[in-house]
Amino acid sequence: MQPTVPAARIEDVDVKISVLVHAAPYTHQAADTAYQFILAAIAKGHAITRVFFYHDGVNIATRLAVPPADDRNIQKCWSVLAAEHGVDLVVCIAAAQRRGILDEGEARRHGKGDGAANLAPGFRIAGLGQLIEMGIQSDRLVVFGA
Amino acid sequence: MLHTVNASPFERTALTCCLAHAVNGDAVVLIEDAVYAVVKGSTASAEIVAMTEGVDLYVLGPDLAARGINRAKLIAGITEIDYAGFVDLVVAHTSSQAWL
Amino acid sequence: MSDTAIAPKIIKKFLYVNRKAPYGTIYALEALEAVLIGAAFDQDVSLAFLDDGVFQLTKGQNARAIGMKTVSPAFGALGDFGVTRLYVEAESLAERGLTRDDLMIITHDFENGTTGEVPSIIVVDRARMSNVMAEHDIVLTF
Repeated sequence: MQPTVPAARIEDVDVKISVLVHAAPYTHQAADTAYQFILAAIAKGHAITRVFFYHDGVNIATRLAVPPADDRNIQKCWSVLAAEHGVDLVVCIAAAQRRGILDEGEARRHGKGDGAANLAPGFRIAGLGQLIEMGIQSDRLVVFGA
Repeated sequence: MLHTVNASPFERTALTCCLAHAVNGDAVVLIEDAVYAVVKGSTASAEIVAMTEGVDLYVLGPDLAARGINRAKLIAGITEIDYAGFVDLVVAHTSSQAWL
Repeated sequence: MSDTAIAPKIIKKFLYVNRKAPYGTIYALEALEAVLIGAAFDQDVSLAFLDDGVFQLTKGQNARAIGMKTVSPAFGALGDFGVTRLYVEAESLAERGLTRDDLMIITHDFENGTTGEVPSIIVVDRARMSNVMAEHDIVLTF
């Protein structure tokens, strides 16, 4: 069976797509599927408006994960995606605080001590408004979860 | 509307619920563990055959391959796509809904 | 937070779809947090409850003995945030042995300024729920 889908129409190039990721890395495949989907979308010339990490999806953004050398490093995959393609990776502040994902400012604000910040490069922490905003600003929103 | 289902139909009800809400002209993409649903002879595939009239059904090839599901084992009427095809489907439908 | 600083010119129809029961997982609570924040954006917001999501709206919840915050009272405040449509699927209720009387009473003020309250819960059948989903620009699931 050949991969056949409705051929994208001419006016369908450069569609603005945003992505919502809900599930923890490694435990669930969602982060991997979202990543592969985004690579394919970029290769097709679409723009990724933003990726918003919610629920346990915020755990993707820890710089402290040390997966085995023969496995993919999910956090690094995303950090590289941000560096190479300028994709805006936003981690929900409320969900992140619950689960111990902190940037420098949040670590300081909550008195967690020097070096406590664990947000990986390429990610930023912001409010849920960023989720609504990306819905407003993009043409399509796709959700990946557990 | 484009629907995505990612859970095995033998563990979760998401596929059944999705099919009950999909309407004429919608498309359903099975990804991750949901690809087990399209194996010929399974109870889930029988349900799909019974419920998907007017609904286009797609399955993500890389997820089939990862799970060792040969194309010969798929029920008829399913279109296999890759990630690029998945992107095309998202673009082709004005909205999408993930049945998590 | 600076999120509320943007002034969107576009108004889209957002549907928050709830298909999971409260307490056993965090999805109901965090979905509600997203709804309450999203309400500040002057978008057209509706909620849908189907499958186990209908359990979120049942009367008499009290999570004290499991050491959690009871989620359900927050639904009563949705009207104050301009969220006035909570679609509940009739078949999902029936499958779970529930009727409308098992659900909380959630209301919002009349929009035309006259006194009185309007029920926010709208029980719809499955076919109508499919239409509700299709009528929205953005379908957020949790």
